[in-house]
This record gives sequence, C-alpha cells and structure tokens, in this order.
Amino acid sequence: MGAATLNSLVAWLHGFAALVAANRDHLTELDSAIGDADHGSNLDRGMTAVVAALDAQPATDTADLFKRTGMALISNVGGASGPLFGTFFLRLGGALGASSSVSSLELASALRAGVSGVTVRGKAELGDKTMLDVLVPALDAWDAAPDPGDVAGAARAAAEAAAAARDATAPLVAHKGRASYLGERSAGHLDPGAASTALLFRALAEALEAPGAAEQ
Amino acid sequence: MKKLINRPESVLADSLRGLAAAHPELRVDLERRVVYRAEPKAAGKVGLVSGGGTGHEPLHGGYVGPGMLDAAVAGEVFTSPTPDQIAAALGAVGTGAGVLQIVKNYTGDVMNFEMAAELAAAESGVEVETVIVADDVAVEDSTFTAGRRGVGTTVLLEKIVGAAAEEGQDLASVAGLARRVVNNGRSMGLALTSSTVPAAGKPTFQLEEGEIEVGIGIHGEPGRERRPIAPASELARLLVDPVLADLDFTAGPVIALLNGMGATPLIELHLMYGEVAALLDAAGVQVARRLVGNYITSLDMAGCSLTLLRVDDELLRLWDAPVVTPGLRWGA
Repeated sequence: MGAATLNSLVAWLHGFAALVAANRDHLTELDSAIGDADHGSNLDRGMTAVVAALDAQPATDTADLFKRTGMALISNVGGASGPLFGTFFLRLGGALGASSSVSSLELASALRAGVSGVTVRGKAELGDKTMLDVLVPALDAWDAAPDPGDVAGAARAAAEAAAAARDATAPLVAHKGRASYLGERSAGHLDPGAASTALLFRALAEALEAPGAAEQ
Repeated sequence: MKKLINRPESVLADSLRGLAAAHPELRVDLERRVVYRAEPKAAGKVGLVSGGGTGHEPLHGGYVGPGMLDAAVAGEVFTSPTPDQIAAALGAVGTGAGVLQIVKNYTGDVMNFEMAAELAAAESGVEVETVIVADDVAVEDSTFTAGRRGVGTTVLLEKIVGAAAEEGQDLASVAGLARRVVNNGRSMGLALTSSTVPAAGKPTFQLEEGEIEVGIGIHGEPGRERRPIAPASELARLLVDPVLADLDFTAGPVIALLNGMGATPLIELHLMYGEVAALLDAAGVQVARRLVGNYITSLDMAGCSLTLLRVDDELLRLWDAPVVTPGLRWGA
C-alpha cells in the first residue's frame, strides 16, 4: 500500500544507473547485432551524468527530480536514446508536478504521460521492435495488478511484464531506428532499447520494495 | 582492438583537441564540441550547420571553411550530437539571414536536430530550415523502416549549398537548392570489413574471410545482403546497377563520388573508380566532375560507396566555386 516517497524515486534513478553500468557491455552487444554498437555506452554516460547532477544538488520535489533527469539525458546521451529517455522523464516530471510523495495511481498515470511523450518523439508503433514494446505492456501490467494501489506490488508486476515483453521483442522485425535497415535479419535479436527499458522497471520495483520506500 | 587512442571515453575530446591544433583556420569549441570557422562568414549571409556522430571524417568538421559549412557539431562516435550542442551552433552562426541545418536521415540525428531547431528558435530567435539527406538506395524507401539513410550525397550537398550561401542567396533559395540536391542524389555502399567502435572494443559485425556486406550505411550497421567477395569489376556492378535502377542518370551531366569507408587504400579506390567509370560510360551516363577518396568514412571499415548526383549548369557552377576546408580545397 501507500505512496512512493521522493527518496524512493531518487533511489530508482540511482538503481537504474547502477543496472545500466553493470549491463553496459551487454546492451552494447545487443546493439552490435542490429544497430551501431553504442546503446550501452551512451545510456551509461547519460545516467552517470544524472547521478552526478543529483548528487551535486539533491532534488527538491518530483518535478525537479525528473526534469533534471530528462535534461541531463537529453544533453549527454545523443543518438535516439537521449531524446527518447529524456522526453520520457520530462513528461513524467511534468505530470507529477512538485510533489514529495506519489500514490501508485498517480505514478502509473504519470508513467503513461512519459510513454505518450516517447510515442510522439519516436513516431513508433507497438510491434516496431522498440522500447515502446516494453513500456506499454509494463504499464498495462501495473494497471492490472491485483492491487493497483499497492505501489511496490504494482511496480513488481510491471517489472515482470517488462522482462517478458523484452524477450518478446526478439522474433519481431524492426521498423524503426538503425535496426530497421536489417529488415528480416533483425528478427532473432533482442531490441537493445527494450532491454534497457526492462532494466528501468526492474530498478523501479527494487527501489519501491526497499524498506521505507513507501509511506503508509 | 588496436587504435591510436588514450581511452575509449576520451576519443572525441582528444580528437577535437588535435583538430584544433592542426587547423588554426578553425575555431573548436571543446566544451560544446562544435567546429567553427576561425574567421566567421560576413554577417547577413545564410549560416550552414551540419553534424552527426564522429567517425565519418572528414565529414563534418573537415568541411568547415569558406565555401562550405560555418559550423559542424560533433557527437560521440557514431552517435548524433545533443540538442543543446546543435542549438549553440545554430545560435552562433545565425547572423540574421537564418540558418540551414543539414541532417542525415538517421533516427537519432533527426530527433536531436529537430529538438535543437525548436530550442534555438526559442533561445536566440534564429530562423532555422532543415534539409534531411536520404539517398541510400540499399534501403527500401517504405513506411515500415526509418527510411533511406543519408550518406554520400551529404558531401556534395554541403559543397554546393555552401557556395550558394557564400554568394549571398537567401534562406529560402539555399534550402530549396539543398532539397534539389537531395532529390537528385543516390548512393550505394559495400563493406569488406566491419568497423570497430572504440567504446565497444570489437568489430560491430563479423565478416568471414571471403565475405562482403552489400548495402552498408556509414555506421557499420549491416546492409542488404552478404555475399562472397568477387573481382572489382563485378563489385562495381553491385554499386552502379542499383543506383542507376533507382533514378535515370542519362539525361544530363552528373557528379560522381567514389568514396572510401576509411581503411581502403587509394590504389583500390582508383581501381574501383576505373571499373565504375567504364560501367557508367557504357550505360550512357555523362560524368562531368568526379571525386575519389575518403570523404564520408566509417572509422576503420574497409569498403567503398558510390554516389551519383544529377546536375545542371547552376549546380556545376556552384560545385566549381572556390572552397577552402581541411577536407575539400580548390579554386581559391
């Protein structure tokens, strides 16, 4: 039950940065297979900048936290991931406003706003073999969780759906990004953006399950 | 991986520092990673900004100078620059006549340049026009892909449009000219080896000895098909045929660019050009100007690409106009 605290959302970003760093070479390897071999190093550079910015100046509220996260990603990542992940966080912060704690339903609806930002920016559709193929099923699972008001439980359901959705991108033929140039040959490989997006939800679930993450 | 680098993370910064040292006629903003002319073009003329991932040298930093670009924005290796970098360049070269930004059709480049144009308009009020180069015939031009990649035509466009901006044409006519070049240019490439991105540390894709990749872009992203190596005369057909099949190049003069991907020596590029020239001649294509060498590369990839551009008297005049840059220099 309860609401996610600002501290737990800060912990989410730290956790995501750590997961990206640990999976940096794996993400780049996935990108080598169907893209241009830079996804892991790019996202790692961006999340390192996010953590440095948050360490230098702690976030005052959720709007501040996610706005600065989005801007740091946009101005440090480049490529397609910078605008896509950056827009996601900017919209997320915009939807949450300047809060210090967020209910499960508020968080789900703000995450949806982030997803619609990604959709507009990337002009991708479901099934195009992109990060969207993980974002949408993860949030559907959040809404369908046994108790959608339990923020940690809903995030766990979303993380599990995200992992399954990531694996489900393997057989797809890419229609967007560099992988689309491979056409049929892109089938059989995991999408690197789907893989990093699954890490995003794993980090969220882990941060919200930590003791003291949610206010009763 | 065996490269002349310090650390994979500092390749871009270290390379820009070296570019600045080698070319005092350029001014390099090491923080924003933008290459400018040390002596800016006269105020009141349209500014030209291009950019993209590093690793395609001399594109784009090597094409900054009189007769070509005003600024080139450098992203990380094979990664587009970020909107704030690009917006800084747009603001700096906008002197009232507006700026044309030249973008290659890759998802990340298109998104970052699009955001940059919005940012620059909001921050410095500069009027920005965008042209997207999409000339690679290896990619099916369908709604189910990101569309054709921007490759070799970019070089020819930067030269021609650079001359038009230099002689004082306004933003609408410079942008119109740029679109005319895009519509009349086509390219096709092939790789003998993959390139190695420093941060990745190993080749992006594996080619067996005796195998080539046909239809590559400029990032080592795999192409249309994989097939056995063949004599140059046959490989030349793999470049010429799809380009000619896509657009009629027999109606007037063309500019031909036989471009090396970075690791192919000039002896092979000249040899390939000989084969390509013979095929073009046989097909009734009249080559008015030609360029053979490394102009839009892919790090240490071996291979080459062919670009053909249909031109008329005006485009030829602009092509022949003086240019003084590290990568192209004539007539001055």
